[in-house]
Amino acid sequence: MKIANKTVTATRLVKDALEKAKHFADYNIFTFLNEEGALKKAAEIDAKIARGEKVGRLAGVPYALKDNFLSPEGDTTASAHILEGCASPVTATAVEKLEAEGAIMIGRANLDAFAHGSSTENSYFGPTLNSHDKTRVAGGSSGGSAVAVALDIVEFATGTDTGGSIRQPASFNGVYGFKPTYGTISRYGVVAMASSLDCIGFFTKTPEDMDLLMSIAAGQDPKDMTTLPDYYNTNSKASPVHKIGIIKDFDNDVVDANIRNALKDKCELLKSKGYEIVELEMPTLKYALAAYYIIQPAEVASNLSRYDGVRYGFRSNDSSNLDGLYENTRNEGFMPENKRRIMIGNFVLSSGFYDAYFLKAAKARTLIIDEYNKAFSKCDFILTPVSPNPAFKLGEKVNDPVAMYLEDLMSVSLNLAGVPGLAIPAGETAEGLPIGLQLVGPRRSDKRLIEFAKEII
Amino acid sequence: MKYYPTIGIECHVQLATKTKLFSEVDNDARHKEPNSCVSPVDYALPGMLPRLNGEAVRLAILAGRAMNCEINASSRFDRKHYFYPDSPKGYQITQFYHPIIGEGYVDLPSGGKVRIEHAHLEGDAGKLTHFDSYSLVDLNRVDTPLIEIVSMPDIHSAKDAHDYCKELWRLMIFAGVSYGDLYNGNMRFDVNVSLAPEGSNELGTRAEVKNLNSFRSVERAVEYEIKRQSKILDAGEKVIQETRGWSDATGETTGQRSKEEAKDYRYMPEPDIPPINLSEEFIATESAKLPLMPKDYREKFGEIIPHDTLEILLDYPQLMRKIAEVAGVLPEEFNSGHTQGRSAKPTVPSQTSSATPAIKLLSNLFASVLLAEEKSAEYLNDLPAGKQLGDLAEMNAKKELSSTATKEVFLRLFDPQMRNKDTRSIAKELGVIQENDLGALEKIVDAVLAKPETQKAQEDFRNGEEKVIGFLVGQVMKESHGKANPSSVQEILRKKLA
Repeated sequence: MKIANKTVTATRLVKDALEKAKHFADYNIFTFLNEEGALKKAAEIDAKIARGEKVGRLAGVPYALKDNFLSPEGDTTASAHILEGCASPVTATAVEKLEAEGAIMIGRANLDAFAHGSSTENSYFGPTLNSHDKTRVAGGSSGGSAVAVALDIVEFATGTDTGGSIRQPASFNGVYGFKPTYGTISRYGVVAMASSLDCIGFFTKTPEDMDLLMSIAAGQDPKDMTTLPDYYNTNSKASPVHKIGIIKDFDNDVVDANIRNALKDKCELLKSKGYEIVELEMPTLKYALAAYYIIQPAEVASNLSRYDGVRYGFRSNDSSNLDGLYENTRNEGFMPENKRRIMIGNFVLSSGFYDAYFLKAAKARTLIIDEYNKAFSKCDFILTPVSPNPAFKLGEKVNDPVAMYLEDLMSVSLNLAGVPGLAIPAGETAEGLPIGLQLVGPRRSDKRLIEFAKEII
Repeated sequence: MKYYPTIGIECHVQLATKTKLFSEVDNDARHKEPNSCVSPVDYALPGMLPRLNGEAVRLAILAGRAMNCEINASSRFDRKHYFYPDSPKGYQITQFYHPIIGEGYVDLPSGGKVRIEHAHLEGDAGKLTHFDSYSLVDLNRVDTPLIEIVSMPDIHSAKDAHDYCKELWRLMIFAGVSYGDLYNGNMRFDVNVSLAPEGSNELGTRAEVKNLNSFRSVERAVEYEIKRQSKILDAGEKVIQETRGWSDATGETTGQRSKEEAKDYRYMPEPDIPPINLSEEFIATESAKLPLMPKDYREKFGEIIPHDTLEILLDYPQLMRKIAEVAGVLPEEFNSGHTQGRSAKPTVPSQTSSATPAIKLLSNLFASVLLAEEKSAEYLNDLPAGKQLGDLAEMNAKKELSSTATKEVFLRLFDPQMRNKDTRSIAKELGVIQENDLGALEKIVDAVLAKPETQKAQEDFRNGEEKVIGFLVGQVMKESHGKANPSSVQEILRKKLA
């Protein structure tokens, strides 16, 4: 990914990226193209190189920014009507770190509004199309980011993963997608979805690129109290990997045969390389989806309370009093999926139901954390599918929320447990759709996990 | 019928931190333009995260210790949801499930005791100003750190309600955790009042009077509620559980939210702030920074300073600290400012008899001279050095200064230009040092007694006319240009005329 500062200029790279972005305009990848800003930055970097000055590790590298990261370049909309036209005065910590190394944002990538969804169909700006089949979904919520990398428009893209929003679109489009350990990368300046689950991560074409990005973005941020001290760049001695676990509970008809076969193939590959495959029983994982769809909407409902039309963003014209202002602004400004989660969230937090729902889900979460701890006492990493199915048809599940939520079956438990997961391309289905597997590790094993990914290719 | 009132009080105290509870913006918005002390965190820009102010945690520990409360080793924040333009996030960050301050109690000066149920940290809301067709929002006050102190229902009279609030206020200003400026809303009280038939074990239905901002209005609101509820109960009707507002102008409470259904705040653990975990050692270190409290001063000075004077002075921590400093029980830095001076460990004053006159003199000067001054508010912010006041007390004790001269020099000490001068030279400049040299005094007395115009008086005195001694003393004072010590003069005169 390092820019060859002798043979190609940053300006050339950025121009190419912008041209490709326009060429693939029908995929609806970007909510904003940063033409002027990107070319200006590229020219600055080229001038620096010409003067023989030192440039960063990402100098001149074009990237796509998921449109829920705050920066003054382009409005930060989170693909939501209610944030349309919202210019940000601040820059997300992650963006600051990338740009300090010379990375150049060429566009803001489409997502499900407020990252609510698994297909990018919930975007106010319309769905992003799958890179391998334009009749299928890109996955979500970071659909734009995944397709931007898969179509080779950019070298990498940022994403957010609350229940699979990086890993699932990565697997639907055949690229690497990494959700780090909770707290590894600062959430400051990223539109919150569900704060205790949200993770910042990346899409790349190789594990090496992922490692570089992680080493740049990881670390404690005083602006985010939940960040961990930088372990990514300090954990020196990685102990050797011997055992890979597979979860028996996921080996059933719910999972597409193509994906099950891909998993078996990779296990054979690993065995041939001398690794031991350990079969795990993780029965509490079956509660993960239910727990997730209580905790996540509760935090979503809370985090979306600030969008009231009073201080910024969209405000309904149709309001004669305060309650009307709130009701009309939120009714017109949110997408149906946003409203669904607000209603579920407020229900599970309401005083009569808190104990029965939210508290119980919080307890289930603790059991799931224990389950992962137990599993990692038996193996180094776990290899599982990312999602039960490859990319589905546009419109196929959009009216069936439960079918859509089931897409998250194998991804959400990682967010509940706070453990890292790397989506790895693992071949294609008979129809030519990408298949993804995820490599799961214990908390703070991120660097080892990314390094180990090379063994599975 | 006779009713027994039961009163519980919730008190909001704004903490005197430099910055807000969750952002690095100036916390003191007094005299500032609306919406000028607001960061993106405060106005809830998307993607902003709270950053807990450690100073607020330390002040909460002091506040808790001032009320004899347990400090909880582990506490946590929760979100309390409601929609209103004074709440930019759509929720208030508070401590619903696990507050930082546990059970304790406050002693009332009258001897009663009010137990504290708990106290928690939370962010304040913004301020709305309503006009006919629109309202204005000022977010300067958003997330000013507050502690909300919740009492047990241990209060049973309007007077005790008043005294409890006042004592709380004193504890907060002595602990240095709040500016305690009631006019600017630094402390606000919500009062729950219920009546039960005398002798009954059950509590009646309560009404809550919200947002009282003076001790007097607390007392009046409670009196009013007792009367109002008595009337309702006497008529055989039921008191409605509701929130009521108070008007200082009409002296009445009025129902505020009768139409509104019970609110559901949908509390949820705050995921953006990890739990506060305090080590025993940290709590002990911070607790040790608690300065002397009103009860310490009552204990140590109660025998020396008259009760009424002491109760007046106990509204002014800086004056009590100054007295303690002069009495030799506190180091100098305790007097230098509001939230400063918590760094040194307070020593409990060990009363030495030699300090007693100084304590008496200063408490009297503070209470009856300083506080009566027009400029007292200004003076209170900038007190003379302890050494200057100590010297003043010493000169007074040695009778080098008359009581009038003492007052004069005392007030002169508040002139900022006198800051670096010692008291003796100030008194000299004023020309008020009394002549105490008995030899010199005797010479003056002799001179006066030799004067023809005093002969008649001398004779009258010898003949038993006691009151003429005053005339003679006056003559000597005149001769000495007012510098003689009148009691010494009288003593010498009596000896000479015996």
